[in-house]
Amino acid sequence: MSQITLRNVSKRFGDIVIIPGLDLVIEDGEFVVFVGPSGCGKSTLLRLIAGLEDVSGGTISIDGKDCTNTPPAQRGLAMVFQSYALYPHMSVRQNIGFPLKMAGQDKATIDRKVAGAAATLNLTDYLDRRPRELSGGQRQRVAIGRAIVREPKGFLFDEPLSNLDAALRVNMRLEISELHQQLKTTMIYVTHDQVEAMTMADKIVVLNRGRVEQVGSPLELYRRPANLFVAGFIGSPKMNFLTGAAAGSHGAATIGVRPEHLRISKESGALRGVAGVAEHLGSDTFVHVKLDDGSIITARGTGEYPVEHGDTVWLTPEEGRTYRFDQQGAVIG
Amino acid sequence: MATENTKTLARAMMAPSVIMLLVWMIVPLAMTLWFSFQNYNLLTPGNNSFAGFFNYQYFYTDPAFFQSIWNTLLLVVGVLLITVIGGIGLALLLDQPIYGQGVARILVISPFFVMPPVAALIWKNMIMHPGYGVFADIARFFGVQPVDWFAQAPLFSIIVIVAWQWLPFATLILLTALQSLDGEQKEAAEMDGAGFISRFWYLTLPHLARAITVVVLIQTIFLLGIYAEILVTTNGGPGFASTNLPFLIYKTARLSFDAGGAAAGGVIAVVLANIVAFFLMRAVGKNLDR
Repeated sequence: MSQITLRNVSKRFGDIVIIPGLDLVIEDGEFVVFVGPSGCGKSTLLRLIAGLEDVSGGTISIDGKDCTNTPPAQRGLAMVFQSYALYPHMSVRQNIGFPLKMAGQDKATIDRKVAGAAATLNLTDYLDRRPRELSGGQRQRVAIGRAIVREPKGFLFDEPLSNLDAALRVNMRLEISELHQQLKTTMIYVTHDQVEAMTMADKIVVLNRGRVEQVGSPLELYRRPANLFVAGFIGSPKMNFLTGAAAGSHGAATIGVRPEHLRISKESGALRGVAGVAEHLGSDTFVHVKLDDGSIITARGTGEYPVEHGDTVWLTPEEGRTYRFDQQGAVIG
Repeated sequence: MATENTKTLARAMMAPSVIMLLVWMIVPLAMTLWFSFQNYNLLTPGNNSFAGFFNYQYFYTDPAFFQSIWNTLLLVVGVLLITVIGGIGLALLLDQPIYGQGVARILVISPFFVMPPVAALIWKNMIMHPGYGVFADIARFFGVQPVDWFAQAPLFSIIVIVAWQWLPFATLILLTALQSLDGEQKEAAEMDGAGFISRFWYLTLPHLARAITVVVLIQTIFLLGIYAEILVTTNGGPGFASTNLPFLIYKTARLSFDAGGAAAGGVIAVVLANIVAFFLMRAVGKNLDR
């Protein structure tokens, strides 16, 4: 049960400003994802909330209680690190039980809680192994186990899936989402991968250079990006941007259309171009088209759309799905 | 087939150095064994004869024999305790970000570059001397009778000198190990509610286990043979209070000119070193397997 409120939080390392001042409210039980390119300050922000870094200004409160200067252990938050940070000389059982041991709980309680966490995470058969004897996914689960035994007010995940291979990542993504459904605890999750953000989040916070660009549910961000940065960051493949005459005719400095909102035709349409590489994924076909004015845009066709390199194609944006941006990159209308 | 050939070739290429090392070890050992069974006194050369186990009996019945073995072990254990505990402490301090960290590290390492007799002489004449040593000055400042270190606590004084020399080595190895401790593990322990002491006990110390093992094993090899520091300070005395096995061998060989007896002492020293090595490997050797 915890609501986390950041008020005008800033962080500087010497003269370098990482976060210039940021306000954010994370509601109780929410799954919030901080997403942004590397170096945008998302990990720093998480570490500020965890208490591993001290803020340079502003306040952090958890459940209305000011925690700005509370040491990390007393904030009641648990963290899962990118490198898992398991204790290499301890067995899985000791690793998961470590926070309870540090909290001074008796052995019977520790054993019971560790067994419970292990059962939830399918680790029962591995309790007596050392971390180095486990696979990446199992290590990840041990790290999560170590976090959940504490029954924390909130979980902090720092790019937990970036060391796993693609297939495992999809699995763990589901497991973490499932865990959130079970525990209903506040979770803050940092990633640079917008797919993770879109699939897991209740609320996405898009960060860029230490500033919040936009906050909203995945579909809100997808449907109504506030600016060029968010429009380009959310969605895969990335939104196409056109400047110059094409944008001018819409009364904007830049216009953007998502690949999935372009209709491909071989006969007629709004924009004419030559097909470049076509990526046939089976479910979709992504065609990279070079328009007559030289700009290259990506369009999504149906699964088995027959298009060859060098074909002339016509693209038509769907009605009402064209985004217009002004000179500063903010959305118009 | 190719691997088989590579292996054979590798063995052939390694052979010269392996043989060289073996000869280097076997020849002196064989000569020592040979002399240990000879009546061989440097004052009467050419008057050699087979002595049977007389040399061993002679060395064993030396009044200083048991005390010298005990002193050897005390010296090794004492120096190891001081250097490992002090080394961990210094390494923890030097690991903190401070201004002038590089200079501080070089200063800490510098005693290692001072050769043993020089270090011992500095301690004898400038630090522990009852008349004009630094310790005596301090004692007089507090109005206490200065301690004559080499007369009143000879073995302890030598332990202190040798520990001073080896502390940098231990610190350096342990500092390197400390720096390889994963930062996220420390942070995870911090999040888990482990205080400084718990973090040290459950995280840092197990992480240092292998480095401590290396320090203990390497230092033991050198500490079993400590000799120069004793020669220039106490000369083994008073009585046999600071005589260790190597020094007793030296006395037998160079003061009594009894090469046969000294050789027997050398063989006993080899046996002692092997016993120590056996127990050490059983106690800490498993730390190296990880």
